[in-house]
Amino acid sequence: MNIIVCVKQVLDPEIPPAKFKIDPETKQVIPPPGVPPVISVYDERAVEAACRLKDKLKGKITVISVGSDKAADVIKHAISMGADEGFVLCDPAFENLDSFGTAYVLSKAIQKIGAYDLVLCGRQAADWGAGQVGSILAEILAIPVITLACDIEGVDTNVRVKRIVSDGYEIVEAPLPSLVTVSSEIGLPRLPAGVRLMMARKKVIPVWKAQDIGAEASQLDKGNAHTEITGLSVPTRKIECEIITGATPGEAAANLASKLANLI
Amino acid sequence: MDNYKGVLVFGEIGDGKLTPITIELLGVGRKLADDLGEELSILLVGSKAGALAQEAIACGADNVYIAEDSLLDAYNSDAYTQTAANLCKKVLPSIMLFGHTDLGCDLSPRLNGRLGGGLSMECMTLSIDSATKALIATRPVFGGNAHATMMSKSARPQMATVRAKVFAPAERADGRQGKVIPVEDKLDASALKVKVVEKIKEQVEGVKLEDAEVVVSGGRGMGSAQEFTKLRELANVLGGAVGATRVACDEGWAAATLQVGQSGKVVSPKLYIAIGLSGAMAHIAGCLGSKYIVAINKDKEANIFNVAHFGIVGDWKEILPPLTAKFKELLSK
Ligand SMILES: Cc1cc2nc3c(=O)[nH]c(=O)nc-3n(C[C@H](O)[C@H](O)[C@H](O)COP(=O)(O)OP(=O)(O)OC[C@H]3O[C@@H](n4cnc5c(N)ncnc54)[C@H](O)[C@@H]3O)c2cc1C
Ligand SMILES: Nc1ncnc2c1ncn2[C@@H]1O[C@H](COP(=O)(O)O)[C@@H](O)[C@H]1O
Repeated sequence: MNIIVCVKQVLDPEIPPAKFKIDPETKQVIPPPGVPPVISVYDERAVEAACRLKDKLKGKITVISVGSDKAADVIKHAISMGADEGFVLCDPAFENLDSFGTAYVLSKAIQKIGAYDLVLCGRQAADWGAGQVGSILAEILAIPVITLACDIEGVDTNVRVKRIVSDGYEIVEAPLPSLVTVSSEIGLPRLPAGVRLMMARKKVIPVWKAQDIGAEASQLDKGNAHTEITGLSVPTRKIECEIITGATPGEAAANLASKLANLI
Repeated sequence: MDNYKGVLVFGEIGDGKLTPITIELLGVGRKLADDLGEELSILLVGSKAGALAQEAIACGADNVYIAEDSLLDAYNSDAYTQTAANLCKKVLPSIMLFGHTDLGCDLSPRLNGRLGGGLSMECMTLSIDSATKALIATRPVFGGNAHATMMSKSARPQMATVRAKVFAPAERADGRQGKVIPVEDKLDASALKVKVVEKIKEQVEGVKLEDAEVVVSGGRGMGSAQEFTKLRELANVLGGAVGATRVACDEGWAAATLQVGQSGKVVSPKLYIAIGLSGAMAHIAGCLGSKYIVAINKDKEANIFNVAHFGIVGDWKEILPPLTAKFKELLSK
């Protein structure tokens, strides 16, 4: 069982909104000082899903990330959770790619890695959240895709996935190799600990550049981007919150109820 | 790129009718088509699709493409992608619109991958750039902390998904004229790899979250599954539904289908009561359309107070029981 997981390194999405700052000129987010980037939430759960399959079926997990040289940290995080190896895809030509460009680079890396049974992605990156790299990647690799997995129930010649829909679940099957995008409902990721953590920290993560994976310049040309971000702004909300008080919490609660009962 | 013309809506059918989001897509699609001076089309699939063609025309479609095939009666990602891709290669739409629904979220990225278009998901506004005639879309990014404007210079079709209730429904006019065009291509069944084996409906107690006039939501601050059930009491008194943050769902205190937020349900009740949740943008994105937001949180700096109309700073354990009791008293009168 060979599983490839695509993970992205992102600005910590849990920073309080007050600390969230952008540069409208460059259309980039300014990371608050001292807050390290993290593995994108759904991608961490994709790693968890891969680890659960490996616990059951044995096999190998390879993790790849298109990003800066710092992306080695998210690969190491995945290795500390149970992945076997990983590669960072870093090249000036890979900066600020759109979804097609990213999927193209991932596809070239996957072709270089070779045989695989499953590719796992997150449902959506926690930063720009385009929600499409997994599906585009599957189209490039010409393999089936199942989105929004909340459980990967079994793998033999088919992968059997429980996927989340708005009023419940669906069980969907596809032949291997397939790509599955993972949603948070799969459950909490394991906490890396002990020897694995130490070992992962020491690991040297290879970096692949465009030429290492045979990525063609024409496919990475920003002039041919499928989508372009032409503006970025922070929405402003001006709501004056009326704080309801009382001599005791109970009285405040009663005052609130009286106020609301008149409004609904 | 210049031979791509018009707007194509991917229509959804539910209970034998065009779904509300489909009628909203026809509404905004009509406007975009008029701004371009081009036609509005819709694709309807499944063995009952033909029966809805006139309805789609009344709602503004100039052309209705009908793919009547029983293989398309229920959503199958392979079958739908193939049908939509074949049609797009023929009619070359400049713009293609989807609901940000189970179907749209699965189909549009895949179709985009196949056609090489430019897709923006969860769009809040859509307009036509007067200079270039390109689609301008805005969408939330960074969990709703920022809004990005997206354009596709040359990739076609330009695709977008939009959530329910973002745009007004199309105005209906029964006398409208339009063409009904059957889709001749038969599905290549050998290319259908993905199979839906089973569907399981999650039963929820009481009112449906999306339809509720009152939603009582809880987060990590509720502390345990048992404490979380106390929200149900208040919801019942108010005839409302219970919602949850992702953390509460992750902890297993609430069913995944109750998650409110960017990656959960979007609700717009009259009253949204947020208890023991911090108000992360990704959560707020799911309830900003509420008429009144009420926050109960012990941290007065919590972001929820920046979007709430009313609030109490304090421990919910001391507030929720008397709040529920007082509502009971007031509403029994
Ligand atoms: C891409 C992405 C998508 C996401 N999608 C969603 C989504 O759809 N929905 C969603 O909800 N989240 C989503 N999140 C997660 C979101 O960013 C937050 O992590 C989450 O909403 C926080 O949940 P919370 O408010 O319950 O927990 P916390 O942020 O930990 O807040 C708990 C709050 O409870 C208060 N509290 C604690 N004890 C008490 C008490 N006794 N009385 C009163 N108050 C108390 C605390 O002061 C605190 O403010 C998403 C994140 C990402 C990155
Ligand atoms: N730079 C990247 N490196 C590795 N994987 C990525 C990258 N960008 C996106 N992905 C994968 O594609 C998924 C969807 O991303 P997106 O379409 O950008 O929301 C993510 O959850 C990742 O699994």
